[in-house]
Amino acid sequence: MKKISTTLTVGVLAMAPLAALAADSSDPIVIPVHNWSSQIVMSNVVGQLLEENGNYVEYVTTDSQAVYESVRLGDVTLEMEVWEGAFGASFNAAMEKGGIVDVGDHDAVTREDWWYPMWTKEACPGLPDWKALNDCAAVFATAETGDKGRYLDGPVDWLKHGQERVAALDMDFVVVNAGSAAALWAEIGAAEADKKPIVVFNWTPNFAEAVWPGEFVEFPEWVEGCDKDPSIGPNPDALYDCGNPANGYLKKAAWDGMADKWPSAYSVLEKISFTNPQIAEMAKFVDIDEMEPAEAAEAWLEANKDVWATWLN
Amino acid sequence: MSAEATTLPTERRSFRNGQNAAALVGIAIVLTALQYSGLLPGWLHRLPEAVIPNFAQWLDAAFTFIKDDLGLLALTRFLTEGLEWLLDVSGNLFFGKRRFPNLGPIPWTALAAVIAVIGYYLGGWKLALLGGGTMVWTALIGQWKITMQTVSVLAIAAPLAFVIGLSLGIAAWKYAWVDRVVKPVLSVLQTLPFFTYLLPAVIFFKVGPTAGAVATTIYAIPPMILMTSLGLKKVSPEVVEAGKMSGCTRFQMLRHVYIPSARTEILVGVNQVIMLCLAMVVLTAFIGMPGLGAKLLAMMGSFKLGRSFEIGVTIVLLAVMLDRMSKAWVVKQPEHFERGTPFWRRHQMLIVGASLFGGLTLISMVVPLFAEIGRGQDFSQGKELDTLIKAFLNIEWVKATTGFLRAFLNVQVLIPFRNFMLSIPTPAFILLVAAFAAALAGRREAIYAVVFFSFVALSGWWDRAIITLYSVVSAVTLAALIGLPIGIIAARKEKWATRILLVCDTAQTFPSFVYLIPAIMLFGITDVAVIFSILIFAMVPLIRYTIEGLRSVPEEMTEASDMAGATRIQKLWNVQLPLALPTMAVGFNQAIMFAFFMVIIAAFIGTQDLGQELQRTLAGTDLGKNFVLGICVSLMALTFDMTIMKWAHNKKRLLGLA
Repeated sequence: MKKISTTLTVGVLAMAPLAALAADSSDPIVIPVHNWSSQIVMSNVVGQLLEENGNYVEYVTTDSQAVYESVRLGDVTLEMEVWEGAFGASFNAAMEKGGIVDVGDHDAVTREDWWYPMWTKEACPGLPDWKALNDCAAVFATAETGDKGRYLDGPVDWLKHGQERVAALDMDFVVVNAGSAAALWAEIGAAEADKKPIVVFNWTPNFAEAVWPGEFVEFPEWVEGCDKDPSIGPNPDALYDCGNPANGYLKKAAWDGMADKWPSAYSVLEKISFTNPQIAEMAKFVDIDEMEPAEAAEAWLEANKDVWATWLN
Repeated sequence: MSAEATTLPTERRSFRNGQNAAALVGIAIVLTALQYSGLLPGWLHRLPEAVIPNFAQWLDAAFTFIKDDLGLLALTRFLTEGLEWLLDVSGNLFFGKRRFPNLGPIPWTALAAVIAVIGYYLGGWKLALLGGGTMVWTALIGQWKITMQTVSVLAIAAPLAFVIGLSLGIAAWKYAWVDRVVKPVLSVLQTLPFFTYLLPAVIFFKVGPTAGAVATTIYAIPPMILMTSLGLKKVSPEVVEAGKMSGCTRFQMLRHVYIPSARTEILVGVNQVIMLCLAMVVLTAFIGMPGLGAKLLAMMGSFKLGRSFEIGVTIVLLAVMLDRMSKAWVVKQPEHFERGTPFWRRHQMLIVGASLFGGLTLISMVVPLFAEIGRGQDFSQGKELDTLIKAFLNIEWVKATTGFLRAFLNVQVLIPFRNFMLSIPTPAFILLVAAFAAALAGRREAIYAVVFFSFVALSGWWDRAIITLYSVVSAVTLAALIGLPIGIIAARKEKWATRILLVCDTAQTFPSFVYLIPAIMLFGITDVAVIFSILIFAMVPLIRYTIEGLRSVPEEMTEASDMAGATRIQKLWNVQLPLALPTMAVGFNQAIMFAFFMVIIAAFIGTQDLGQELQRTLAGTDLGKNFVLGICVSLMALTFDMTIMKWAHNKKRLLGLA
């Protein structure tokens, strides 16, 4: 009995604000979730906003590269975090094939690259220059890497091309992939205890900057086409011989059928935009305060009513 | 010995095999020595990249042709719709997914009661307690919804695998050509790493539960086929005669004669299907299947070990429950009633179950706690356990021990061993494997070994393949060092043996994913954790077959040696172990197969081998590369499988045990 009455109320509530607009489909909007905290929380935040808007949402865990193919086919409805450095290529490839639309940028600016916590500078004073880093490669050596330095890269499915860059710039480093983002934080945390020099993959916006002050390594500056044309960049015969873009975009993307099927939800999505500190705060709720993603999203929505009130229809 | 007559020719043959092997090893040593002294030309050390054919690209082209031009994608997408409908229905019933028929979710109390009744029906109070208890634990610990997400897929995948496996099994028994086609395909399927099932599933069947269900179903089919055809072949001619005499049609023969007679084997197949489905459904978290696996993956990824542990307990309980219940079903004979027994007597349990279900569903409409345990109402101690485990790992001596093991194993054992294996020139390595196959099995196996490993070399993934092999070999060696003594000691007393066997049986039902938990807990994200997780997974069959091998040594033999005045050690070395060796070899073989399976899963911890590349392909649409990598793993595993099984077979014949 309770079931039916709730369904009815939800139905009525959902229909009321939509009467003016063309009604959204009652099919669920499928939101993909990946393996780093800010994206998970942001997806939950957006999901809860859309629920507030009267839509029905479902979350599906997908790979962060494969997701563009799924969005294109409509298996997944939208993607909240398209990082230029990490997913620009996959996103553009999907755009060329068609089926996916660009729903605008967040205010946030992104950067992702090799990174070190401040204490590393004591052992390798020439930083942040990449040549200086290469000169003190031995400082970063571990039991597993022998006399070469170890660079701890993100999980393999993030496709960071660390390996290719080491080869292209002929660096004395071995690339080791962490199993997950949390493994990166664990390594930084462990290195902090005895101020061991360490160089890892990191990105901004991220909670980590607040916990461990640090800097990105300055590689040869990113030039458009560095990942496609070998002749671009310092090494004429190799791809990936530059750093990642230092002022990358953070985009929203959606399936091209979304605007027709859920017009109201689509207009909300267009208005949504997060800033660097907001994204870092979302990640912090999970990574530091150990909340469940759904709880963290609730907490964030509660604390930032003024931010999202204007986004809803 | 009684096998005198057969000994001579076999002996001569094995001598020749030994000579061949020695010659091959000799060449390999020369090649390696040349490499070390820097005299070996580079193209003999590793195949130059120019000659490596681009298998991946060819396969990709073929896949694209099949997928788009032949319209396979359209067909599979059509099938996806049907499957999705089924999954939606079971999703709605089990965890209230908002789809047709919009009835669910079934209140947890009602489901727990039904499972307890089924448990009672199959195996009395003990199983009722196990079944009901598992459900109550799941609900109270706050994992009801994720468990039901897993169960809802299981409820579709397992019956599908059963039906397909049964039909193929019947076909293989009926038509010899089907059997001939199916056999080799099955052996490849069983060694193909699981990640290789995942990517095609995603591409053809849509990301999420549908792809997961397809991959799970396919993975669970092989044992069903094997058990079905095995059971049907064993039906005694007298029964068949009786069927024919009573004038059965062909279908009636199958339905009323063959299948009931093969009931036991078919139900054993069902048990295996269920267990494999559970293990796999958890692993499909890698391609976005929600449920226990996804939660476990997320929790392990962020080192929330206490919470991972709680999920691990749920998975294990679920596995033990399903295993015990389906096994009880195998043993339980069909009940027969006298004519005229009233309906309620014949279907007593059904009525009890249905009325409990109805009653509890009604109560749960009034008392919400009976329907669902909300967030914050559960008894999860995850956070507290996290702190507890972290504190334990921070205790000085624990930290010192794991730290020492890590450093010692890494620096003194694993890395030198890996570097040594990598330093062997490719042709020398292939010859060594061939020598191994020749010495143990014979020429035919040696030729297969050369062909298989040459393909691995040609695939262009040689170094990663060697690293995979290195993990497998080191883990199995360590597992043998620990597992064999345990098995030998346990086999000394009947009481210990039964107990350890029970532990092994139970441990074998755990989904492989669970074994990652203790490894990551103790050793973090390192090579040692990878080896450790493979080690404990592979140790189970080793212990089990050692005990069974030693126990099956004929009593006359041990008595004879006692009479000859042998000490216990002499008896063990000279009588029991040689006789138990063929059975132990089967365990060894299984350990290697398990290791090949686990080493790929361990990519989650972070490895440098084929598994890592396989996992990387999951991020894209590189079907070709995914397949080449999978075949590499499969071929390496098959080489060992063939060689060891052949050796065990020969040895058994030689000892007159077969």
